[in-house]
Amino acid sequence: MSPTEWWLVSGMALVTFLIRYPALALSGRLKLPAKLLQALNYVPPAVLVAIVVPAIFVESGDLWFSWQNPRIVGAIVTVAIGLWRQNLLLTITVGMGAFLLWQLAV
Amino acid sequence: MAIAANSMPKSTPWREFWAGARQTIPLIVGAIPFGIIFGTLAQSSGLSLAAAAAMSVCVFAGSSQFIALGLLGTSSPVGVIILTTLVVNLRHLLYSIGLVPYLQPLGAGWKAVLAFWLTDETFMVAIQRYRQPDSSSHKHWFQLGSALSMYGNWQLCTWLGLTLGQSIPNAANWGLDFAMVATFIGMTMPYLQTRPMVATVVVSGGTALLARSLPHQLGLMVAAIAGIATGMIVEDLTKPEE
Repeated sequence: MSPTEWWLVSGMALVTFLIRYPALALSGRLKLPAKLLQALNYVPPAVLVAIVVPAIFVESGDLWFSWQNPRIVGAIVTVAIGLWRQNLLLTITVGMGAFLLWQLAV
Repeated sequence: MAIAANSMPKSTPWREFWAGARQTIPLIVGAIPFGIIFGTLAQSSGLSLAAAAAMSVCVFAGSSQFIALGLLGTSSPVGVIILTTLVVNLRHLLYSIGLVPYLQPLGAGWKAVLAFWLTDETFMVAIQRYRQPDSSSHKHWFQLGSALSMYGNWQLCTWLGLTLGQSIPNAANWGLDFAMVATFIGMTMPYLQTRPMVATVVVSGGTALLARSLPHQLGLMVAAIAGIATGMIVEDLTKPEE
């Protein structure tokens, strides 16, 4: 590892841990207000969707709404399977498969 | 879609540990292609084998590791990459605050360990376990099982990408990163049972598209906060009068 790489990896590791740890470290002394607890319920879906939606529709900075976009077709199939069967493994693998097939087809 | 186990016989640390690992399997399947592509792309972005492996071992945050590769490819300074890592991983602050009520009674060692291994996937699986009404005092073992299986898989896949990735032509262009999209959709769907949750998802997704050109992935935080605020407002509006 070069010195630059060393700084890169240790810097990234440090900031990531300093995000993940302090709230837990202080948790013994923290009393969370009711409003914050209510907000926390919405964190997982809000964050996941904020990552996923651009990953589906944005292609090098532009919106790509088209059947040619295999990620849209893959996402629709994933949602459909998720609604049909409450089975996470099935949802992920069939969604992946639909995406790969459509990518080959178009 | 139940991510966490429904009924467990008597709760012991090991039983919880294995249940956590088992419940994480679908999410591991989704993470496999992601880890392999990271290993494959690392070398073409100019990162040495040791540095790529060290990143997976010490940082353990997939999306920020990918973004770091992208920035290395455009010769961004180390400071910029570390700052971007901070922004991309800020969502983990929301996760760790979400765990505070459940991890409060644990010792400092447990807290540090569970914090280091906190990922999107483990948070999603663990929070469902913590919210189950049974009074097991070993639920943190469930989180540990999930965390360690994700971590082991991430190391293995990084290594596979670093070693075998070079012999697969254009491995990075197959779009295998769609696995992440399918996984995250699968993790979101169980939440969509109530009107406030649906409102959260619609607003967060729409905002993420509108805010896509904000620098350093800030659009992610803006969209998440807009979605959370919307969910709370809809919840308050639809609450029956007391």
